Amino acid sequence: MPALNGVSLSIAPRSTLALVGESGSGKSTLALCLACLERPSSGKIWFGGRDIAALDENQMRAVRPQIQLIFQDPASSLNPRFTALEIVTEPLVLQRRWKGRQTREEGFALLERVGLSAEMASRRAGEFSGGQKQRLAIARALSLEPKILILDEALSALDCSAQARITNLLLELQSSFALTYLFITHDLAMAAHIADEIAVMNRGRIVEQGVPQKLLDSPEHEATRCLVAATPQSIMTSRMLGA
Amino acid sequence: MGARDFESVLEVRNLHVAYLSRAGVPASVIADVSFDVRSGEIVGVLGESGSGKTTLAASLLRLLPSNGKIQHGSITFQGRDVLQAEPRELESLRGKRIALINQEPSVALHPTMRVSDQVDEVLAAHEHLSRKARRERLQKVLGALFPTETERISSSYPHQLSGGQRQRVLIAQAIACGPSLLIADEPTASLDPATQREILSVFENVRRRFGIAIIFITHNPSLLAGLADRVLVLYAGRVAEFGPAENVLFHSLHPYTRALLGCLPPPYGTSAVNRKTKLPVIAGDSPNVDFLSLGCRFEPRCEDRFEHCRTREPVAVSPANEHVVSCFKFGR
Repeated sequence: MPALNGVSLSIAPRSTLALVGESGSGKSTLALCLACLERPSSGKIWFGGRDIAALDENQMRAVRPQIQLIFQDPASSLNPRFTALEIVTEPLVLQRRWKGRQTREEGFALLERVGLSAEMASRRAGEFSGGQKQRLAIARALSLEPKILILDEALSALDCSAQARITNLLLELQSSFALTYLFITHDLAMAAHIADEIAVMNRGRIVEQGVPQKLLDSPEHEATRCLVAATPQSIMTSRMLGA
Repeated sequence: MGARDFESVLEVRNLHVAYLSRAGVPASVIADVSFDVRSGEIVGVLGESGSGKTTLAASLLRLLPSNGKIQHGSITFQGRDVLQAEPRELESLRGKRIALINQEPSVALHPTMRVSDQVDEVLAAHEHLSRKARRERLQKVLGALFPTETERISSSYPHQLSGGQRQRVLIAQAIACGPSLLIADEPTASLDPATQREILSVFENVRRRFGIAIIFITHNPSLLAGLADRVLVLYAGRVAEFGPAENVLFHSLHPYTRALLGCLPPPYGTSAVNRKTKLPVIAGDSPNVDFLSLGCRFEPRCEDRFEHCRTREPVAVSPANEHVVSCFKFGR
Protein backbone atom coordinates (compact mmCIF):
# COMPACT_ATOMS: atom_id res chain seq x y z
CA MET A 1 0.00 0.00 0.00
CA PRO A 2 1.62 3.30 -1.00
CA ALA A 3 1.25 5.93 1.72
CA LEU A 4 2.24 8.60 -0.78
CA ASN A 5 1.46 8.24 -4.44
CA GLY A 6 3.02 10.61 -6.92
CA VAL A 7 3.20 13.69 -4.65
CA SER A 8 4.56 16.84 -6.27
CA LEU A 9 4.74 20.18 -4.53
CA SER A 10 7.07 23.10 -4.05
CA ILE A 11 7.47 25.70 -1.33
CA ALA A 12 8.92 29.11 -2.11
CA PRO A 13 11.67 30.30 0.27
CA ARG A 14 10.37 32.31 3.26
CA SER A 15 6.78 31.36 2.51
CA THR A 16 4.28 29.13 4.29
CA LEU A 17 2.62 26.18 2.65
CA ALA A 18 -0.29 24.72 4.58
CA LEU A 19 -0.89 21.03 4.04
CA VAL A 20 -4.44 19.96 4.85
CA GLY A 21 -6.31 16.68 4.52
CA GLU A 22 -8.18 14.13 6.59
CA SER A 23 -6.37 11.72 8.93
CA GLY A 24 -4.55 9.00 7.07
CA SER A 25 -4.19 11.01 3.88
CA GLY A 26 -0.39 10.90 4.10
CA LYS A 27 0.44 14.33 5.54
CA SER A 28 2.73 13.07 8.29
CA THR A 29 4.45 10.55 6.01
CA LEU A 30 5.25 13.39 3.66
CA ALA A 31 6.62 15.40 6.58
CA LEU A 32 8.91 12.53 7.59
CA CYS A 33 10.20 12.20 4.02
CA LEU A 34 10.98 15.90 3.82
CA ALA A 35 12.78 15.78 7.18
CA CYS A 36 14.97 12.91 5.94
CA LEU A 37 13.51 10.57 8.54
CA GLU A 38 11.82 8.33 5.98
CA ARG A 39 13.15 7.52 2.54
CA PRO A 40 10.70 7.63 -0.38
CA SER A 41 10.69 4.50 -2.55
CA SER A 42 10.95 6.68 -5.63
CA GLY A 43 10.97 10.36 -6.50
CA LYS A 44 13.13 13.37 -5.77
CA ILE A 45 13.14 15.95 -3.00
CA TRP A 46 15.06 19.07 -3.98
CA PHE A 47 16.40 21.18 -1.15
CA GLY A 48 19.15 23.76 -1.55
CA GLY A 49 19.99 22.50 -5.04
CA ARG A 50 20.38 18.84 -4.03
CA ASP A 51 18.15 15.79 -4.19
CA ILE A 52 18.05 14.92 -0.51
CA ALA A 53 16.15 11.70 -1.11
CA ALA A 54 19.23 10.28 -2.79
CA LEU A 55 21.74 11.14 -0.05
CA ASP A 56 23.49 8.50 2.02
CA GLU A 57 23.09 8.38 5.78
CA ASN A 58 26.15 10.55 6.46
CA GLN A 59 25.14 13.26 4.06
CA MET A 60 21.60 13.20 5.44
CA ARG A 61 22.92 13.87 8.90
CA ALA A 62 24.29 17.14 7.61
CA VAL A 63 20.95 18.11 6.02
CA ARG A 64 18.63 17.19 8.89
CA PRO A 65 19.47 20.20 11.10
CA GLN A 66 18.24 22.48 8.35
CA ILE A 67 14.78 20.93 8.27
CA GLN A 68 13.25 20.74 11.73
CA LEU A 69 10.04 19.10 12.85
CA ILE A 70 7.61 20.25 15.51
CA PHE A 71 4.93 17.80 16.62
CA GLN A 72 1.40 18.04 17.92
CA ASP A 73 2.02 16.89 21.46
CA PRO A 74 4.86 18.86 23.02
CA ALA A 75 4.56 16.87 26.25
CA SER A 76 5.72 13.68 24.58
CA SER A 77 8.41 15.33 22.50
CA LEU A 78 10.23 16.90 25.46
CA ASN A 79 12.36 14.93 27.89
CA PRO A 80 10.62 15.33 31.27
CA ARG A 81 13.90 15.01 33.19
CA PHE A 82 15.60 17.86 31.35
CA THR A 83 15.41 21.49 32.34
CA ALA A 84 14.21 24.00 29.75
CA LEU A 85 17.81 25.07 29.15
CA GLU A 86 18.96 21.49 28.64
CA ILE A 87 16.11 20.85 26.23
CA VAL A 88 16.90 23.78 23.96
CA THR A 89 20.67 23.26 24.03
CA GLU A 90 20.68 19.49 23.54
CA PRO A 91 20.86 19.78 19.72
CA LEU A 92 23.85 22.13 20.06
CA VAL A 93 25.61 19.64 22.31
CA LEU A 94 24.82 16.71 20.00
CA GLN A 95 26.06 18.62 16.97
CA ARG A 96 29.07 19.90 18.94
CA ARG A 97 28.39 23.44 17.80
CA TRP A 98 29.35 25.23 20.99
CA LYS A 99 31.08 24.53 24.24
CA GLY A 100 30.24 25.13 27.90
CA ARG A 101 29.36 28.72 28.62
CA GLN A 102 28.71 29.54 25.00
CA THR A 103 26.07 26.82 24.87
CA ARG A 104 24.39 28.22 27.98
CA GLU A 105 24.33 31.73 26.58
CA GLU A 106 22.96 30.48 23.28
CA GLY A 107 20.30 28.57 25.26
CA PHE A 108 19.21 31.69 27.16
CA ALA A 109 19.05 33.62 23.90
CA LEU A 110 16.86 30.92 22.36
CA LEU A 111 14.48 30.92 25.31
CA GLU A 112 14.17 34.67 25.16
CA ARG A 113 13.50 34.53 21.43
CA VAL A 114 10.41 32.38 21.96
CA GLY A 115 9.16 34.48 24.87
CA LEU A 116 10.34 32.39 27.85
CA SER A 117 12.11 34.28 30.60
CA ALA A 118 15.55 33.41 31.96
CA GLU A 119 14.08 32.38 35.30
CA MET A 120 12.17 29.59 33.55
CA ALA A 121 15.42 28.08 32.26
CA SER A 122 15.87 25.77 35.22
CA ARG A 123 12.31 24.45 35.25
CA ARG A 124 11.54 21.01 33.91
CA ALA A 125 9.22 20.32 30.98
CA GLY A 126 6.37 19.17 33.21
CA GLU A 127 6.14 22.57 34.90
CA PHE A 128 5.23 24.36 31.69
CA SER A 129 1.78 24.88 30.22
CA GLY A 130 0.90 23.43 26.82
CA GLY A 131 1.66 26.67 25.02
CA GLN A 132 4.96 27.12 26.85
CA LYS A 133 5.96 23.54 26.01
CA GLN A 134 5.32 24.26 22.36
CA ARG A 135 7.51 27.37 22.70
CA LEU A 136 10.27 25.14 24.08
CA ALA A 137 9.89 22.76 21.14
CA ILE A 138 10.15 25.73 18.77
CA ALA A 139 13.24 27.08 20.56
CA ARG A 140 14.87 23.66 20.33
CA ALA A 141 14.07 23.46 16.62
CA LEU A 142 15.56 26.93 16.08
CA SER A 143 18.80 26.09 17.90
CA LEU A 144 20.35 24.61 14.76
CA GLU A 145 19.37 27.57 12.59
CA PRO A 146 17.08 25.64 10.25
CA LYS A 147 15.79 26.89 6.92
CA ILE A 148 12.53 24.97 7.08
CA LEU A 149 10.23 24.25 10.00
CA ILE A 150 7.71 21.47 9.52
CA LEU A 151 4.86 22.10 11.93
CA ASP A 152 2.91 18.86 12.15
CA GLU A 153 -0.38 19.80 13.84
CA ALA A 154 1.71 21.97 16.13
CA LEU A 155 -1.29 24.04 17.25
CA SER A 156 -3.95 21.34 17.42
CA ALA A 157 -3.53 20.39 21.06
CA LEU A 158 -3.67 23.99 22.31
CA ASP A 159 -6.52 26.19 23.56
CA CYS A 160 -7.57 28.88 21.16
CA SER A 161 -5.90 31.61 23.22
CA ALA A 162 -2.60 29.68 23.24
CA GLN A 163 -3.05 28.97 19.54
CA ALA A 164 -3.26 32.67 18.81
CA ARG A 165 -0.09 33.38 20.79
CA ILE A 166 1.93 30.62 19.14
CA THR A 167 0.65 31.69 15.73
CA ASN A 168 1.87 35.21 16.41
CA LEU A 169 5.23 33.87 17.54
CA LEU A 170 5.55 31.81 14.35
CA LEU A 171 4.74 34.84 12.19
CA GLU A 172 7.34 36.89 14.06
CA LEU A 173 10.04 34.22 13.76
CA GLN A 174 9.33 33.73 10.10
CA SER A 175 10.05 37.34 9.28
CA SER A 176 13.07 37.71 11.56
CA PHE A 177 14.80 34.46 10.53
CA ALA A 178 13.54 34.16 6.94
CA LEU A 179 12.04 30.77 7.74
CA THR A 180 10.05 28.57 5.41
CA TYR A 181 7.12 26.73 6.96
CA LEU A 182 5.29 23.59 6.06
CA PHE A 183 2.20 23.94 8.23
CA ILE A 184 0.32 20.65 8.52
CA THR A 185 -3.13 21.15 9.97
CA HIS A 186 -6.79 20.18 10.14
CA ASP A 187 -7.78 23.75 10.76
CA LEU A 188 -8.67 25.43 7.49
CA ALA A 189 -9.38 28.80 9.04
CA MET A 190 -5.91 28.87 10.60
CA ALA A 191 -4.35 27.60 7.37
CA ALA A 192 -6.04 30.41 5.47
CA HIS A 193 -4.79 32.93 7.99
CA ILE A 194 -1.10 32.10 8.06
CA ALA A 195 -0.34 30.35 4.76
CA ASP A 196 0.66 31.78 1.41
CA GLU A 197 -0.59 28.64 -0.27
CA ILE A 198 -2.67 25.65 0.73
CA ALA A 199 -2.18 22.12 -0.60
CA VAL A 200 -4.90 19.52 -0.10
CA MET A 201 -3.93 15.87 0.36
CA ASN A 202 -6.21 12.96 -0.23
CA ARG A 203 -5.23 9.26 -0.26
CA GLY A 204 -1.56 9.96 -0.66
CA ARG A 205 -1.89 12.53 -3.41
CA ILE A 206 -1.94 16.30 -3.61
CA VAL A 207 -5.31 16.93 -5.22
CA GLU A 208 -5.33 20.71 -5.20
CA GLN A 209 -2.91 23.54 -4.43
CA GLY A 210 -3.45 27.28 -4.55
CA VAL A 211 -3.73 30.57 -2.69
CA PRO A 212 -6.12 30.30 0.30
CA GLN A 213 -8.78 32.69 -0.92
CA LYS A 214 -9.24 30.99 -4.25
CA LEU A 215 -8.96 27.44 -2.97
CA LEU A 216 -11.53 27.97 -0.22
CA ASP A 217 -13.95 30.12 -2.20
CA SER A 218 -14.07 27.85 -5.21
CA PRO A 219 -12.72 24.44 -4.26
CA GLU A 220 -12.35 22.23 -7.29
CA HIS A 221 -11.72 18.82 -5.79
CA GLU A 222 -14.27 16.83 -3.81
CA ALA A 223 -11.81 16.36 -0.92
CA THR A 224 -11.38 20.14 -0.58
CA ARG A 225 -15.13 20.68 -0.60
CA CYS A 226 -15.54 18.09 2.18
CA LEU A 227 -12.90 19.81 4.29
CA VAL A 228 -14.48 23.22 3.82
CA ALA A 229 -17.89 21.81 4.77
CA ALA A 230 -16.53 20.13 7.89
CA THR A 231 -14.86 23.24 9.25
CA PRO A 232 -16.88 24.44 12.22
CA GLN A 233 -14.63 27.48 12.51
CA SER A 234 -16.03 28.98 9.35
CA ILE A 235 -19.58 28.95 10.68
CA MET A 236 -18.52 30.19 14.07
CA THR A 237 -16.38 33.16 13.21
CA SER A 238 -18.40 34.44 10.31
CA ARG A 239 -21.40 34.60 12.62
CA MET A 240 -19.43 36.16 15.43
CA LEU A 241 -18.41 38.98 13.23
CA GLY A 242 -22.07 39.73 12.83
CA ALA A 243 -22.42 38.39 9.30
CA MET B 1 -39.40 22.80 45.03
CA GLY B 2 -40.68 24.64 41.98
CA ALA B 3 -41.56 23.25 38.59
CA ARG B 4 -38.10 24.18 37.34
CA ASP B 5 -36.37 21.92 39.81
CA PHE B 6 -38.47 19.06 38.59
CA GLU B 7 -37.22 19.26 35.04
CA SER B 8 -33.56 19.49 36.05
CA VAL B 9 -31.61 16.25 35.85
CA LEU B 10 -28.68 17.78 37.64
CA GLU B 11 -28.37 20.77 39.93
CA VAL B 12 -25.06 22.05 41.13
CA ARG B 13 -25.13 24.79 43.76
CA ASN B 14 -22.18 26.81 45.03
CA LEU B 15 -19.70 24.03 44.45
CA HIS B 16 -16.19 24.55 45.83
CA VAL B 17 -13.43 22.04 45.11
CA ALA B 18 -9.81 22.26 46.18
CA TYR B 19 -6.72 20.11 45.84
CA LEU B 20 -4.63 19.75 48.96
CA SER B 21 -0.88 20.07 48.64
CA ARG B 22 1.37 17.62 50.51
CA ALA B 23 1.50 20.12 53.33
CA GLY B 24 -2.29 20.16 53.42
CA VAL B 25 -2.70 23.62 51.92
CA PRO B 26 -5.82 23.79 49.76
CA ALA B 27 -5.65 25.28 46.25
CA SER B 28 -9.08 26.28 45.03
CA VAL B 29 -9.79 24.71 41.63
CA ILE B 30 -13.56 25.09 41.46
CA ALA B 31 -15.12 28.04 43.25
CA ASP B 32 -18.78 28.82 43.71
CA VAL B 33 -19.93 26.99 40.58
CA SER B 34 -23.68 26.77 40.13
CA PHE B 35 -25.56 25.44 37.14
CA ASP B 36 -28.25 23.01 36.17
CA VAL B 37 -28.80 20.56 33.37
CA ARG B 38 -32.33 19.92 32.17
CA SER B 39 -33.42 16.57 30.88
CA GLY B 40 -32.48 15.93 27.29
CA GLU B 41 -30.43 19.13 27.14
CA ILE B 42 -26.86 19.58 25.89
CA VAL B 43 -24.85 21.91 28.11
CA GLY B 44 -21.44 22.89 26.74
CA VAL B 45 -18.70 23.62 29.26
CA LEU B 46 -16.10 25.87 27.66
CA GLY B 47 -12.77 26.51 29.31
CA GLU B 48 -9.05 26.56 28.66
CA SER B 49 -6.69 23.97 30.10
CA GLY B 50 -6.41 24.51 33.82
CA SER B 51 -9.82 26.15 34.09
CA GLY B 52 -11.16 23.22 36.11
CA LYS B 53 -13.29 21.50 33.45
CA THR B 54 -12.04 18.00 34.15
CA THR B 55 -12.14 18.53 37.92
CA LEU B 56 -15.74 19.65 37.57
CA ALA B 57 -16.60 16.47 35.65
CA ALA B 58 -14.86 14.30 38.24
CA SER B 59 -16.60 16.10 41.12
CA LEU B 60 -20.04 15.42 39.68
CA LEU B 61 -19.36 11.68 40.00
CA ARG B 62 -17.23 12.02 43.13
CA LEU B 63 -14.27 10.59 41.28
CA LEU B 64 -11.71 13.12 42.46
CA PRO B 65 -8.18 11.95 43.22
CA SER B 66 -7.46 11.40 46.91
CA ASN B 67 -6.09 14.92 47.43
CA GLY B 68 -9.19 16.49 45.89
CA LYS B 69 -11.78 17.77 48.34
CA ILE B 70 -15.30 19.02 47.72
CA GLN B 71 -15.38 21.81 50.28
CA HIS B 72 -18.87 23.23 50.03
CA GLY B 73 -21.91 23.13 47.86
CA SER B 74 -24.43 20.62 46.69
CA ILE B 75 -24.84 18.30 43.73
CA THR B 76 -28.35 17.01 43.20
CA PHE B 77 -28.99 14.38 40.58
CA GLN B 78 -32.65 13.55 39.94
CA GLY B 79 -33.55 14.77 43.39
CA ARG B 80 -30.82 12.73 45.11
CA ASP B 81 -27.96 14.35 46.98
CA VAL B 82 -24.80 13.01 45.33
CA LEU B 83 -22.51 14.35 48.04
CA GLN B 84 -24.34 12.42 50.77
CA ALA B 85 -24.73 9.22 48.75
CA GLU B 86 -23.48 5.95 50.27
CA PRO B 87 -20.90 3.92 48.29
CA ARG B 88 -23.61 1.49 47.14
CA GLU B 89 -25.77 4.29 45.83
CA LEU B 90 -22.80 5.91 44.12
CA GLU B 91 -22.07 2.66 42.33
CA SER B 92 -25.58 2.63 40.95
CA LEU B 93 -25.13 6.21 39.72
CA ARG B 94 -21.75 5.85 38.08
CA GLY B 95 -21.87 4.27 34.66
CA LYS B 96 -25.57 3.48 34.92
CA ARG B 97 -27.46 6.70 35.65
CA ILE B 98 -24.58 9.07 34.89
CA ALA B 99 -22.11 8.00 32.21
CA LEU B 100 -18.66 9.50 31.71
CA ILE B 101 -16.60 9.58 28.53
CA ASN B 102 -13.00 10.52 29.07
CA GLN B 103 -10.56 12.31 26.83
CA GLU B 104 -8.55 9.56 25.18
CA PRO B 105 -10.55 7.00 23.20
CA SER B 106 -7.35 5.11 22.44
CA VAL B 107 -6.62 4.28 26.07
CA ALA B 108 -10.20 3.86 27.27
CA LEU B 109 -10.76 0.58 25.45
CA HIS B 110 -9.32 -2.81 26.32
CA PRO B 111 -6.92 -3.72 23.50
CA THR B 112 -7.60 -7.48 23.51
CA MET B 113 -11.38 -7.54 23.96
CA ARG B 114 -13.88 -7.51 21.14
CA VAL B 115 -16.16 -4.49 20.90
CA SER B 116 -19.32 -6.45 21.73
CA ASP B 117 -17.71 -7.92 24.87
CA GLN B 118 -16.58 -4.51 26.06
CA VAL B 119 -20.05 -3.06 25.77
CA ASP B 120 -21.56 -6.21 27.27
CA GLU B 121 -19.23 -5.87 30.25
CA VAL B 122 -20.89 -2.58 31.15
CA LEU B 123 -24.34 -4.16 30.98
CA ALA B 124 -23.23 -7.14 33.04
CA ALA B 125 -21.81 -4.86 35.73
CA HIS B 126 -24.94 -2.77 36.15
CA GLU B 127 -28.03 -4.62 34.98
CA HIS B 128 -29.64 -7.79 36.23
CA LEU B 129 -30.58 -9.14 32.85
CA SER B 130 -30.71 -12.59 31.40
CA ARG B 131 -28.12 -13.44 28.82
CA LYS B 132 -30.75 -13.21 26.10
CA ALA B 133 -32.05 -9.82 27.24
CA ARG B 134 -28.50 -8.58 27.43
CA ARG B 135 -27.76 -9.72 23.92
CA GLU B 136 -30.86 -7.93 22.67
CA ARG B 137 -29.88 -4.74 24.42
CA LEU B 138 -26.37 -5.03 23.01
CA GLN B 139 -27.77 -5.44 19.51
CA LYS B 140 -29.95 -2.38 19.95
CA VAL B 141 -27.17 -0.15 21.26
CA LEU B 142 -24.55 -1.21 18.73
CA GLY B 143 -27.14 -1.06 15.95
CA ALA B 144 -27.92 2.53 16.92
CA LEU B 145 -24.27 3.59 16.76
CA PHE B 146 -23.19 1.49 13.81
CA PRO B 147 -26.27 1.27 11.58
CA THR B 148 -24.17 -0.28 8.84
CA GLU B 149 -21.60 -2.98 9.53
CA THR B 150 -23.00 -3.69 12.99
CA GLU B 151 -21.77 -7.28 12.86
CA ARG B 152 -18.27 -6.53 11.66
CA ILE B 153 -17.66 -3.78 14.21
CA SER B 154 -19.11 -5.83 17.09
CA SER B 155 -16.59 -8.58 16.53
CA SER B 156 -13.64 -6.23 15.93
CA TYR B 157 -10.82 -5.37 18.29
CA PRO B 158 -10.10 -1.69 19.03
CA HIS B 159 -6.93 -1.62 16.92
CA GLN B 160 -8.99 -2.56 13.86
CA LEU B 161 -11.14 0.56 14.24
CA SER B 162 -10.61 4.18 13.27
CA GLY B 163 -10.53 6.95 15.87
CA GLY B 164 -14.12 7.90 15.11
CA GLN B 165 -15.30 4.31 15.40
CA ARG B 166 -13.54 3.91 18.75
CA GLN B 167 -15.26 7.03 20.00
CA ARG B 168 -18.59 5.50 18.92
CA VAL B 169 -17.78 2.37 20.92
CA LEU B 170 -17.21 4.53 24.00
CA ILE B 171 -20.54 6.22 23.39
CA ALA B 172 -22.14 2.76 23.08
CA GLN B 173 -20.69 1.80 26.46
CA ALA B 174 -21.87 5.06 27.95
CA ILE B 175 -25.48 4.76 26.79
CA ALA B 176 -25.81 0.96 27.21
CA CYS B 177 -27.55 1.23 30.58
CA GLY B 178 -29.78 4.08 29.51
CA PRO B 179 -28.33 6.89 31.65
CA SER B 180 -30.12 10.19 32.17
CA LEU B 181 -26.90 12.15 31.98
CA LEU B 182 -23.78 11.73 29.89
CA ILE B 183 -20.63 13.68 30.73
CA ALA B 184 -18.23 13.86 27.78
CA ASP B 185 -14.81 15.36 28.52
CA GLU B 186 -13.16 16.60 25.29
CA PRO B 187 -14.55 13.64 23.35
CA THR B 188 -13.42 14.85 19.96
CA ALA B 189 -10.06 16.42 20.77
CA SER B 190 -7.94 13.89 18.87
CA LEU B 191 -10.13 13.62 15.77
CA ASP B 192 -9.90 15.37 12.42
CA PRO B 193 -12.66 17.88 11.57
CA ALA B 194 -14.72 15.57 9.36
CA THR B 195 -14.75 12.84 12.02
CA GLN B 196 -15.34 15.50 14.68
CA ARG B 197 -18.50 16.65 12.89
CA GLU B 198 -19.60 13.04 12.59
CA ILE B 199 -19.15 12.39 16.33
CA LEU B 200 -20.95 15.62 17.21
CA SER B 201 -23.93 14.42 15.21
CA VAL B 202 -23.77 11.11 17.10
CA PHE B 203 -24.13 13.05 20.37
CA GLU B 204 -26.98 15.00 18.86
CA ASN B 205 -28.65 11.70 17.90
CA VAL B 206 -28.11 10.14 21.31
CA ARG B 207 -29.86 13.10 22.85
CA ARG B 208 -32.73 13.00 20.38
CA ARG B 209 -33.31 9.25 20.29
CA PHE B 210 -32.75 8.40 23.93
CA GLY B 211 -33.45 11.75 25.59
CA ILE B 212 -30.10 11.68 27.41
CA ALA B 213 -28.87 15.00 28.76
CA ILE B 214 -25.25 15.73 27.88
CA ILE B 215 -22.54 17.83 29.49
CA PHE B 216 -20.10 18.45 26.65
CA ILE B 217 -16.74 19.68 27.91
CA THR B 218 -14.36 21.31 25.45
CA HIS B 219 -11.75 24.00 24.94
CA ASN B 220 -12.86 24.59 21.38
CA PRO B 221 -15.72 27.12 21.19
CA SER B 222 -16.46 26.36 17.56
CA LEU B 223 -17.62 22.84 18.44
CA LEU B 224 -20.41 24.18 20.61
CA ALA B 225 -22.08 26.33 17.96
CA GLY B 226 -24.99 24.32 16.64
CA LEU B 227 -24.59 21.57 19.26
CA ALA B 228 -25.12 22.97 22.74
CA ASP B 229 -28.40 24.39 24.01
CA ARG B 230 -26.66 26.29 26.76
CA VAL B 231 -23.01 27.11 27.33
CA LEU B 232 -21.13 27.56 30.59
CA VAL B 233 -17.82 29.41 30.40
CA LEU B 234 -15.31 28.52 33.10
CA TYR B 235 -12.38 30.75 33.96
CA ALA B 236 -9.96 29.68 36.70
CA GLY B 237 -12.61 27.53 38.31
CA ARG B 238 -15.36 30.13 38.31
CA VAL B 239 -18.38 30.52 36.08
CA ALA B 240 -17.72 33.57 33.94
CA GLU B 241 -20.93 33.26 32.02
CA PHE B 242 -23.78 30.79 31.59
CA GLY B 243 -26.73 30.99 29.26
CA PRO B 244 -28.30 29.98 25.97
CA ALA B 245 -25.58 29.01 23.46
CA GLU B 246 -26.76 31.65 21.01
CA ASN B 247 -26.26 34.41 23.60
CA VAL B 248 -23.00 33.18 25.08
CA LEU B 249 -21.28 32.45 21.77
CA PHE B 250 -22.66 35.18 19.56
CA HIS B 251 -23.61 37.93 22.02
CA SER B 252 -21.11 37.26 24.80
CA LEU B 253 -21.21 39.54 27.81
CA HIS B 254 -18.23 38.59 29.96
CA PRO B 255 -14.95 40.26 28.90
CA TYR B 256 -13.20 36.88 29.16
CA THR B 257 -15.58 35.13 26.77
CA ARG B 258 -15.26 38.00 24.34
CA ALA B 259 -11.45 37.93 24.51
CA LEU B 260 -11.35 34.15 24.15
CA LEU B 261 -13.58 34.11 21.08
CA GLY B 262 -11.56 36.99 19.66
CA CYS B 263 -8.48 34.72 19.51
CA LEU B 264 -9.98 32.58 16.76
CA PRO B 265 -8.53 33.18 13.29
CA PRO B 266 -10.79 35.34 11.11
CA PRO B 267 -13.16 33.55 8.73
CA TYR B 268 -11.59 33.08 5.36
CA GLY B 269 -14.46 34.71 3.54
CA THR B 270 -13.20 38.09 4.76
CA SER B 271 -10.68 40.22 2.96
CA ALA B 272 -7.25 38.84 2.18
CA VAL B 273 -5.66 41.99 3.62
CA ASN B 274 -5.61 40.69 7.18
CA ARG B 275 -3.86 37.48 6.33
CA LYS B 276 -0.55 36.72 8.01
CA THR B 277 -1.19 39.44 10.56
CA LYS B 278 -1.09 38.91 14.29
CA LEU B 279 -4.16 37.52 16.00
CA PRO B 280 -5.61 39.21 19.06
CA VAL B 281 -4.47 37.51 22.29
CA ILE B 282 -5.48 37.70 25.93
CA ALA B 283 -2.72 39.60 27.70
CA GLY B 284 -1.09 38.01 30.73
CA ASP B 285 -1.21 34.46 32.04
CA SER B 286 -3.90 32.29 33.57
CA PRO B 287 -3.94 32.87 37.31
CA ASN B 288 -2.02 30.55 39.57
CA VAL B 289 -4.61 28.96 41.86
CA ASP B 290 -2.08 28.97 44.69
CA PHE B 291 -1.99 32.76 44.81
CA LEU B 292 -5.43 34.13 44.14
CA SER B 293 -6.34 37.70 44.90
CA LEU B 294 -9.54 38.74 46.60
CA GLY B 295 -11.14 40.15 43.52
CA CYS B 296 -12.30 38.85 40.17
CA ARG B 297 -10.00 36.12 38.87
CA PHE B 298 -9.93 37.64 35.39
CA GLU B 299 -9.20 41.17 36.64
CA PRO B 300 -5.42 41.22 35.92
CA ARG B 301 -6.04 40.43 32.25
CA CYS B 302 -9.33 42.26 31.79
CA GLU B 303 -9.61 45.24 29.49
CA ASP B 304 -12.81 46.51 31.08
CA ARG B 305 -11.75 46.38 34.72
CA PHE B 306 -12.93 48.80 37.39
CA GLU B 307 -11.16 49.85 40.56
CA HIS B 308 -13.15 47.50 42.80
CA CYS B 309 -12.62 44.45 40.56
CA ARG B 310 -9.32 43.92 42.35
CA THR B 311 -10.77 43.75 45.81
CA ARG B 312 -14.24 42.33 45.41
CA GLU B 313 -15.50 39.15 43.85
CA PRO B 314 -18.30 39.83 41.34
CA VAL B 315 -21.61 38.12 42.08
CA ALA B 316 -23.53 36.41 39.31
CA VAL B 317 -26.14 38.72 37.81
CA SER B 318 -28.68 38.07 35.14
CA PRO B 319 -28.92 41.00 32.72
CA ALA B 320 -30.95 39.01 30.21
CA ASN B 321 -33.39 36.17 30.57
CA GLU B 322 -31.58 32.95 31.50
CA HIS B 323 -28.21 34.56 30.82
CA VAL B 324 -26.02 34.77 33.93
CA VAL B 325 -22.73 36.65 34.04
CA SER B 326 -20.24 37.29 36.86
CA CYS B 327 -18.92 40.74 36.09
CA PHE B 328 -19.28 44.20 37.61
CA LYS B 329 -19.98 45.63 34.17
CA PHE B 330 -23.48 44.28 34.52
CA GLY B 331 -24.39 45.49 37.98
CA ARG B 332 -23.56 45.28 41.72
